[in-house]
Parts: sequence; C-alpha cells; structure tokens
Amino acid sequence: MSTPQLNPAQPVLRMTGITKEFAGVRALSGVGLDLYPGEVHALMGENGAGKSTLIKVLTGVHEAEAGTVTLDGVPVRFAGPLQAQQAGISTVYQEVNLCPNLSVAENIFLGREPRRLGRIMWSELRRRARDLLSGLDLEIDVRAPLDTLPLALQQMVAIARAVDIRAKVLILDEPTSSLDREEVAQLFTVIRRLRGEGVAILFVTHFLDQVYDVSDRITVLRDGRLVGEYRTARLPQIELVSAMLGQELGELTDRGRGDRERPAGTPFAEAHGLGRKGAIAPFDLAVRPGEVLGLAGLLGAGRSETARLLAGADRADTGRLTVDGRTATLRSPRAASRRGIAFCSENRRREGIIPDLTVRENIVLALQAARGWVRALPARRTEELVTHWISALHIHPADPEAVVRNLSGGNQQKVLLARWLITEPKLLILDEPTRGIDIGAKAEIQRLVASLAADGMAVVYVSAELEEVLSLSDTVAVLRDRELVATLPNTAELTLDRLMETIATGGTH
Amino acid sequence: MSTTQPRAAAGRGVRTFLAQHRDYVPVMATAVLFALTLEAGNYRYLDFLAGQTIANLFVDNAFLLVIAVGMTFVILTGGIDLSVGAVAALSTMLCATLVEQHGWPPALVIPLVLAAGGLIGGAMGYAIHHFEVQPFIATLAGMFFARGLCYLISTNAIPIDDPVFTTLAQSHVTFPGGVFISWSVVIALAVVAVAFLTLHYTGFGRAVYAVGGNAQSALLMGVPVGRTVIRAYTVSGLCSALGGVLFTLYTLSGYSLHLVGTELDAIAAVVIGGTILAGGSGYVLGTLLGVLVLGVIKTIITFEGTLSSWWTKIAVGTLLFAFVLLQRLMTSRRRA
Repeated sequence: MSTPQLNPAQPVLRMTGITKEFAGVRALSGVGLDLYPGEVHALMGENGAGKSTLIKVLTGVHEAEAGTVTLDGVPVRFAGPLQAQQAGISTVYQEVNLCPNLSVAENIFLGREPRRLGRIMWSELRRRARDLLSGLDLEIDVRAPLDTLPLALQQMVAIARAVDIRAKVLILDEPTSSLDREEVAQLFTVIRRLRGEGVAILFVTHFLDQVYDVSDRITVLRDGRLVGEYRTARLPQIELVSAMLGQELGELTDRGRGDRERPAGTPFAEAHGLGRKGAIAPFDLAVRPGEVLGLAGLLGAGRSETARLLAGADRADTGRLTVDGRTATLRSPRAASRRGIAFCSENRRREGIIPDLTVRENIVLALQAARGWVRALPARRTEELVTHWISALHIHPADPEAVVRNLSGGNQQKVLLARWLITEPKLLILDEPTRGIDIGAKAEIQRLVASLAADGMAVVYVSAELEEVLSLSDTVAVLRDRELVATLPNTAELTLDRLMETIATGGTH
Repeated sequence: MSTTQPRAAAGRGVRTFLAQHRDYVPVMATAVLFALTLEAGNYRYLDFLAGQTIANLFVDNAFLLVIAVGMTFVILTGGIDLSVGAVAALSTMLCATLVEQHGWPPALVIPLVLAAGGLIGGAMGYAIHHFEVQPFIATLAGMFFARGLCYLISTNAIPIDDPVFTTLAQSHVTFPGGVFISWSVVIALAVVAVAFLTLHYTGFGRAVYAVGGNAQSALLMGVPVGRTVIRAYTVSGLCSALGGVLFTLYTLSGYSLHLVGTELDAIAAVVIGGTILAGGSGYVLGTLLGVLVLGVIKTIITFEGTLSSWWTKIAVGTLLFAFVLLQRLMTSRRRA
C-alpha cells in the first residue's frame, strides 16, 4: 500500500452535518460519519434511511445542501465519482455498474489502461487483469464480454476494479445481494485482506449475519437521521434491529407459517415436463389454491427460470402447463394475466416498475391493461383502489401522485405487488420479492403473502434465503443445477438442515 | 433425457462461441455479404473483378467512407448525426467560394473548412450533452443550419479551376498493372486507420464504447462522459468536412445541393457494417466493408445499364432491414 500510515486515532474520512433535500423532501439531515483506516464500518438502515444518498453525497454524485467532508483532515468537495476515485474513494454499487459490452479486463482497467506513448497496451492490460483476478481466486476469462458472465461474477469484477484502484476508502454498497454463500466468503477474505492493508471500508448491507461476520463498527441511520455509532462486538443483534426500526421487535421474529390447514384439492396450475433449453430441465410441478409453493436452491440453480416459465415470461420449449385443468400455452405475461397468473420479476427496476410514472399510474397499469385500453378505469374506482392498496401495504410516502423513481426499493416492491393484487390473480408468482429491501418491509410482504394464501390464492415464492422459503411455504420445490430435484411437503420433519442437504446432494433417493 | 444431452451440450458450445465472439459476427456477416455481391457482379458481367473496377469502388466512395467513419464514432456512443451531408455540402461551398471568389490559398482554406466542420460538430455535441437535447433533434437542427448556410453563400454551383485543387484531383497513385487510385482514397484509408487506432488504442476510443454500452455506469466508473460525447460529434463534424473536401476534389465544384441524403447513406453503411444502433458495439473496419457493399451495389446497377439508379436505394433499404433484423437477433441473444 502506498497510503501513508496514519495515526489510527485520526479518521481518514470524516463527514459532519450532511444535509440533503430532493424536491423539498429531506433525505439526510445533519448526518455524520467517521471512517478510520483499517476498519470495516457497516452502514445500516432501512430503505429510505438515507444510506444511498449519503454515499452519493460522499462520492460527489449529489451535492449536499449543508455539511462538510474531510479526507485526511483536508476539506474536500467532489464534482463527481471520477474526482472521488482520484482522491482515493472507490465505490462498488448495489447494481453492477460496469459496461456490459466491454471485456472483463477492460472493465477492470477502464480509464486506467496501461499505456505506452499514449497507446493502450492490451496484452499488458489482460495480463494484469488475469493476475488481479487470480489473486482474488477467481477464474474468469478476461477477454469475455462482461454480460456473458453471471451476475455474481460481474459483481466480483466490479470489486476487482475497486480493489485495483488502491483506494484509501472503499465503499461497498450492498455488494452481497446477488452473491451466494461461497462468493460472500470469498469477498470477505478480500475485505479482510484490504482491512489489514489499512484501507477504510464502508460496507452497506441488509444481511445482519454479514455485518457481525466482518464489520468492526456500525453506524445506523433512520429516516435520514443518525441514530448512533456502535462497536459491533458490543451491540447485540436485537438492539441493532431495534435501532434500525426505531421500535421494539417481538412480532418480527414470528414469521412462521402458523398452523394453517395444508391445502388440498385440485391444482390451479400444473406443469407437465415443462422446460426450456439452457434454462431449466423439464419438470413436473403443481400449485393448489391456498398453497404457498417455495422455490429453493442456490444462485443459478434455476429458481427464476422456473418461475418465469410458469408465468409465461419466458416461453417453454418442451412440456405443457395446465391452468384450471386446461392446457394453456402462455406466449406472454399478458396471456398469463388473462388466465389469472400474475408475476413480479426479480428485476424490479428493469422489468417491473415504470420509474417515471406515479404510484397511482404504476398501480393501475396491469388492471387497465387487462381491461383493454378502450374501457378506461373510472377515475373514482382508480382512486378507491389506489388509496386502499397504499394503506393496505403501507406504501410510503402515502401519496398516489409521488413519482415511483423517488421511492425506496421496498416501497417500489410494494407498488409492484399492489399492481398485480388489484387484478385479483388466482396465482401470484413472486421472484425474490424481498431481495434488497429492509427488514420491516420484508416482514410486511411475508405477512401479506401468508394472508393471501389463507384467502385461497396460490402463490409461487422464490427466495434466495432458505429460512424465508421454509417459514412461508406449504411445499418446497428444491432446484439444483437447473433441475428440479425434489418437491417436499413442509412438515415438521423438513428442517433447514434437511433442506440444505437436499440442495447439496440433489434429493434423498 | 440422456439422449438429448450431447445435443444440448453442442448447442451450448455454439452459443458460448457466439457469445464470446458476438461482436465480430455482424462484421463477418458484412464481409461475407461483400464477397457475395462481388461474386454476383463477377458472375453476371465480364471484367467486373478487374483491378480498376475495384479501385474505382474506393475512388467513387472515398468521401462517403470518411463521412461514415465519423458517423461510426457517433453511433458507437449511442447517438446519431443527421448533419453530416449538409456539413459536407457546406465544406464544398466554403472551398469553392473562398478559393474561387475570394482568391484565398487552398492551404489556408482546407484547414479552415475542417475547423468549421469540427466546430459545428462540437457545438451539437455540447447541446446534446449539456442541454440533454436528443441527438436526432440537435443534429437535425445542425443539418438545417449547415444547409441554410450553403444557400446563403450561393444558390448556384461554383466550379473550381484553382490549380492546387485540380492538380490534387487529377493526380493518381498508380500501381503496377496500371490500376490507379486518387489521392482521396489514400486520405480516406488513412482516416480509417487513424480511426481504428483511436477507437482501440486510446482512452477516448474506449470511452466511446463505454458510453455506448452504459453511459450511467461509465459515469460512475469515472469516464468523462460529457467530454467523450462532445468529442465524438466533433470527430463526426471533422470527418464530414473532410468528406466534403474530398467531394470537392471529386466534382471540382461547390454546390448547395451536393450530398443531399448522404447522412442516410452514411448511417446505412455503418449499420450494414455491423455497428449496433444502440451503441457500444461495432468496428470501423465494418464501416469500410459497409461502404464497399454500398459501392458494389451501385456499380452493379451501373453495369446493368437499363436499371434505374433508384434500384440502388431499394437494394440498400432491403440490406439495411436485414442487418437491423440481425442486430435484433444478436441483442436478444445477449439478453437471454
């Protein structure tokens, strides 16, 4: 490390009194944060707490209305991420922010290519990229275009890029939301090594376990305000959660399925040998009214692919699907929607919300589409529906005219749910509805799913978290390497261990 | 099930190959297309593949090649430049009027014309980046502006008989065997070479690809997005002006109605050359092939003699459509 050794008592980065408003809405008020060299500092908070805004102020994406940032004791104000990066503050963002069309090697070195006489030295660049990635124990073809890699590897490339910049301050903005367990462990190895080299790491995540695994200190934000700064070792998890939520817990831990009757009867939708080449091997699966069917498996096991086939979002090339006992060829989500199947994609930004429309417009979109454009939804009916769902799902802000772009991730997800729920679907397919959203919103969505099922809706629920699948589902379908390996009734015998074993071994028989 | 596995694996192999090399696929398709059109001409007409026919392909399209190279930069950033034909026409007018009517030396006029083109391009780039004007609209305005300036200078054609221009226009580079090309071709090929090196071996070139791939990410990765966009349009303006100078040499005249619709030929050449209109993927060598394909089609229709030259447009339109379809296939594979 070329970074000069600093007095550990001296923070490398200090933010004080940061205040930021968006169109009159205060996103941050008087927030401060100290970051010391050689520490991993977790930044925690619910969605809408102001974590992302704070990071964007720090890296110069947004300009704060008030407050100061000092780096190595010198006041700084960055005009943009480039300046921040040059000053030694690198960021890895929640969504992979790399160029999909460029090669892996180029994404790592873009803007810092090794040159001779102004000419980019490609062989040198690729060699360095290979060295860097193998130093992180990653085997990636550095010449491959980035978008041919799975999301997790793209994320690792983003981290490799940040690592190579030799940052004094490394900001990791939810880098783990798309990584599986092993990849997280790999990332943490890298984080610990960088910490040992004196890098100050600001780590934003929703995973409590990861915070306790890797961080030294925790700063908690809530509603744009600083709640407190804690030493991780001295802060029990339950206190952290209550600091984040600003309320006592209790009900959050009670996410169990309860003692509902196990649904029986004829399946609403049934897949017979349904499959798609390169996505998921042919599978048989059935979901009954009132049943929550959980899809469990590791990243890349084919969870989303299965959900998308059931939803008609992708077309199956083998097998058939019966809906209500009749064969249904779902050529599009629209066809699925006509048969009472609603689908919330895992990629809510690209395939879900329409960011420039208002909450009201986003909510009525699917219903209006189902009615056809000729029969416009009466304004009063729209108002009733929208008001009802905003309050039923606790969408914040409770303003039908708010532009969805400005909502937090959890609230965007709720808007998406509301959109499908007002079409009164018989089968609701949710692909990772709780990914990247805060605990409070997560618990609300889980409760909602349970109550929808209790009212007789069939639900297919995809989640990367096994605990979540286990606590919500009546039946768990286990996927492994793009194949359905087991369909297990969620009885008392089905424990987390048993589920993991099934995933690991590919079934018990 | 087990019987389908080898086939699935083979399918995956092809898909992986296409994924790894998908950037080259459109260019390779253009190369094949070029060979096929040449072969078609050769099959139908005697002497079609004679050296001079091929050389003339370059001679007749040198100006278009230079303009299309500039267009490639802009399209790679995800933009479009509709002003290129008008800017090139303005260059012919400026050359003609300054040299013939004002008696300025060509050595001063040509740099001045190039600077004017670059300036117009840069101004459009500035508007596109800083005022977030749609490239289509900004360059449409630039097109009207430049075309209007032409008419302001003169509504009549201005012939050039300045000795420097005529010498430049008439002197040739002769190869063994008597095949010759004009100096314009040398200049155009030099432009292609410089553009290739710029796009692949300089920070600006890579920034062009990055901006076209994902401008938001590029910004967060510290790429100077604004500067890159402005420079790309400046390059396009500069290339249009140079294309205009080459066209002046080709016709030895300046005229307000020169090069009407050339922007569309340039866009067609770039797209047929395999550059994706959404930006971020494509090669300047593909553009060279695209221009040559257009040239061969024109030559075939000239050779045919009885055909209306408008058949060129129909052929180009059909090809363009086919290539855009190919692009759709490529990008949908990318998403899958």
